Amino acid sequence: MLAYIIRRVFQSALVLLIVGLVAFAMFRFVGDPVDNMLGQERTQADVERLRQQLGLDQPFPVQYWRFLEQAVQGNFGLSYRQGRPVSDILIERLPATLELAFVSGLFALAFGIGLGVFTAIRRKGFAANAIMTLSLIGVSLPTFLIGILLIYVFSVELGWLPSFGRGEVTRIGGWTTGFLTESGIKALILPAFTLGLYQMTLIMRLVRTEMLEVLRQDYIRFARARGLRERAINFRHALKNTLVPVITITGLQLGSIIAFAIITETVFQWPGVGLLFINAIQFVDIPVMAAYLMMISVMFVGINLIVDLLYFAIDPRLRVDRSAGKAT
Amino acid sequence: MTREGRQGRANATPVLSVRDLIVEIPTRAGTVRPTDGVSYDIRAGEILGVVGESGAGKSMTGNAVIGLLDPPARIAGGEILLNGERIDNLSRDKLRKVRGRKIGMIFQDPLTSLNPLLTIGDQLTETILEHLPVGQPEAQERAIAALEEVGIPAARARIDSYPHEFSGGMRQRVVIALALCAEPDLVIADEPTTALDVSVQAQIIALLKRLCREKGVAVMLVTHDMGVIAEAADRVAVMYAGRLVELGPVREVLTRARHPYTAGLMASTPLASLGHRRLRQIPGAMPRLNALPPGCPFNPRCERAEDKCRQPPAPGLEACEGRAACWFPLTPDAEESAA
Ligand SMILES: Nc1ncnc2c1ncn2[C@@H]1O[C@H](COP(=O)(O)OP(=O)(O)OP(=O)(O)O)[C@@H](O)[C@H]1O
Ligand SMILES: [Mg+2]
Repeated sequence: MLAYIIRRVFQSALVLLIVGLVAFAMFRFVGDPVDNMLGQERTQADVERLRQQLGLDQPFPVQYWRFLEQAVQGNFGLSYRQGRPVSDILIERLPATLELAFVSGLFALAFGIGLGVFTAIRRKGFAANAIMTLSLIGVSLPTFLIGILLIYVFSVELGWLPSFGRGEVTRIGGWTTGFLTESGIKALILPAFTLGLYQMTLIMRLVRTEMLEVLRQDYIRFARARGLRERAINFRHALKNTLVPVITITGLQLGSIIAFAIITETVFQWPGVGLLFINAIQFVDIPVMAAYLMMISVMFVGINLIVDLLYFAIDPRLRVDRSAGKAT
Repeated sequence: MTREGRQGRANATPVLSVRDLIVEIPTRAGTVRPTDGVSYDIRAGEILGVVGESGAGKSMTGNAVIGLLDPPARIAGGEILLNGERIDNLSRDKLRKVRGRKIGMIFQDPLTSLNPLLTIGDQLTETILEHLPVGQPEAQERAIAALEEVGIPAARARIDSYPHEFSGGMRQRVVIALALCAEPDLVIADEPTTALDVSVQAQIIALLKRLCREKGVAVMLVTHDMGVIAEAADRVAVMYAGRLVELGPVREVLTRARHPYTAGLMASTPLASLGHRRLRQIPGAMPRLNALPPGCPFNPRCERAEDKCRQPPAPGLEACEGRAACWFPLTPDAEESAA
């Protein structure tokens, strides 16, 4: 198991190196930083001096190494647009995105698993079929459309929920949270639902398919033959086995929630990193773009790793070190 | 309940009594009867072997008894009595309480019968707690005892192991422990050794036999293997196309078959204890359930068939002394010519 983890960590580092290369290449090939930093009035000497200062006269691998060194320390330079360190801006914006992703992930997971189990157990019932049909609509409507529809119904027509922003936030140390005020929580509902809906339907359909498969297995039949209650069979025996394959995909889905947040944040003008990224693209603010890219990939890779470790926690067959001595 | 008590009562009433059982499945091509008019008894401490070709209805009959028919299959007629009480018309929940508690079931494949994510101890105790009025510590002790009984070495240490940590033969022992842990009166073993290798098969059969004798459990042993039947069964039921075609004590049926199908089955089976004979195939194949011939279902393949066999009604066991469902049975000493 240890060897496996080491291998996975190694793979993750490789992935990050490659993403780093892409981010770095943006600096080199999309616009010239020297151009960006010096104004119109500059001499050839100024340019040379700055190139040397920035290390741009060094060979490519050396520059890349420097970039990585800085990136690992969280230093992505100054935002072209705001003139402040990128890392400060990101850290400021991150809580909004993380809270949004957390709530919609929780929503997607809870309802996805719950409805998936329900539609599998009541396969032929009316409610289950209705849910399955509705979920098809959920998957096929684009996120921004759902967001706009929700805004129209709940903000414009009913006036129950705000249509943009985060509401009132409370500052706790370096973190800003919307969980503590009524307006903050109200502001979360629509974006979280919009962001989580697609993942929720995916998880639900996945859980349903897996659950139906598991319910056909011999050990479920044997559990019935032992006279166990339906509840124990469905939730103790079937659900646990369903979750093993569901975990990977669900984990990746949760990762993509943060990436998908770009659209939702734009629709709801949610002041998170996604919106920051969209604005950065408009202004060709390359340090912000590069930092966002690195941050998202670190999250993806991290989630992937955690998912793999969860696998070990839930499936005893993978915990080889524990059983190797006892196997017959 | 003490062993004596169980056997004493059982001597009066068989543990399992199946009376004219009919299982029906509605299909697009009409309703078929995978089990059609089957009757037999199993007494305490007795092993009834059930044999027959693939598709003869052996599993269907066993599933009907334990109430695990997959819809749309359903019991369309007859009675199933357990210790003299009908169980075929129980409510779902009452039937659930019979399963595991009164009737244990053992399936063919021990690799897939156990939940891979729960320890064998968990699976044992959940069954015990469901059926017996004991607490967790007592259930744990009983689980260990159940494992010891089926010959799992170091049961106390291995109770927290997962199924994948056991070999196939050991897993089938665990499955047997699970079937027996709530002390049922009847065990239905549906091809319990088919998925195991030969050396392990003999051990599992010996184990079943021992448990049956020691605990006075009635056993319905479904198998394709005549060797297993010869080794373990007290009586044999031979099934063909959903019907019981021969029923009798194991020695009688194996050496002096009365039904031509049984005789053909024996002739096509290598069996050391029956001496060396040239193996012969029964010509033709078992008819599909939706294309049964009129009269005796075996008549198209039967050398002895006459006009009477090709017309309804099909013969029942009473046609030959309650032993063979045949209008023209083999005479007890005609075995040599038939084989
Ligand atoms: N859903 C169904 N629709 C129609 N016929 C079915 C259905 N399920 C089972 N059968 C038929 O029921 C018959 C009895 O099957 P059963 O499983 O009891 O046979 P078996 O004697 O246990 O055979 P095996 O030795 O292969 O286990 C078979 O002929 C099968 O074709
Ligand atoms: Mg079968």
